[in-house]
Amino acid sequence: MTGRSAVLQGAREAAGVPAAVLVAGYIGFGALAAGHGLPLPAVVASTVAVWALPAQLILVEMYTVGAPLVATVLAAMLSSARFLPMTLTLMPMMRHARYRGWHYLVAAQLLSLTGWAMAMARFADIETARRLPWFFGFTLVCIAASAAATAIGFAVAEAITPLVKIGLVFLAPTYYLLILLGSVRDRATAYALACGAVAGPLAYLVAPEWGVLIAGLGGGTLAFLLLPGRRP
Amino acid sequence: MNTLVVLVIACALATYVWRGLGAAISGRVRAEGPLFTWFGCVAYAMLAGLVARIVITPLGTLETTELWHRLGAAAIALAAYFLFTRRNLFVGVIAGGLAIIGLYSF
Repeated sequence: MTGRSAVLQGAREAAGVPAAVLVAGYIGFGALAAGHGLPLPAVVASTVAVWALPAQLILVEMYTVGAPLVATVLAAMLSSARFLPMTLTLMPMMRHARYRGWHYLVAAQLLSLTGWAMAMARFADIETARRLPWFFGFTLVCIAASAAATAIGFAVAEAITPLVKIGLVFLAPTYYLLILLGSVRDRATAYALACGAVAGPLAYLVAPEWGVLIAGLGGGTLAFLLLPGRRP
Repeated sequence: MNTLVVLVIACALATYVWRGLGAAISGRVRAEGPLFTWFGCVAYAMLAGLVARIVITPLGTLETTELWHRLGAAAIALAAYFLFTRRNLFVGVIAGGLAIIGLYSF
């Protein structure tokens, strides 16, 4: 019963601020896609299947301007490179003899920034065997709420004024800003956030399509090398 | 199948490349050690870079706002989160959304 209660615990923790913020972000996304004239089922399907808001925004924008399929898929892939370090850091924390390999391949699909950041912050207080079911409960509530919000945003797009839309769109970066700064517990995190924050806008100026990747690899490596006691 | 359906599936697979790869090889990476620290640094730097880029040079809806609107709203959100509440994420986030509407209308 450990598993089931952990699933419910994760679901309960998602069904509050994390889901509310995702709902706000995905209402904005749904409204945007409706304005571009895309069909509702494909837009909602993108939330469930892609489950990465930057990649979804790229998909909608590039499809609208008629970009080649290969270019769009490559851009979505590059924008999602963050999932590699995210899964690499998170999966070892959820490893337990009780679970099979494919459980982690499913968990990887359910991962998002919200789930990752919350798991990284919460896992210190959750025993190892309960972490994977907690993660399933947390992320499934996030995905269900986001899919519903995408449909709602699509439906109410006409009613959203530009001013309200600005407020809604700004909720997502604000959420990321607070949760990242709130997760600073050691020197490595602090250095990485500082280096990344400087590298991000600079890399974007140099190479917009590659900016996120360059900022992560460059800023992250610089932060790592700056840590005391490290040898390059 | 129409192009959009193919595109959604292709983008889903494109994001899964990183997810699946990370899950598959993570077993060989110890949770402690320099490599683990480095991956953490890259993850945090990448996300911090993305957030900073969105605030400083946004695309889409936020393009109509000024830089000081966005920086001001971010500062208000940070103050609401760290100073005025004891790290209440919901209050902080809503404060950011209301602040940019207020500053933009100002």
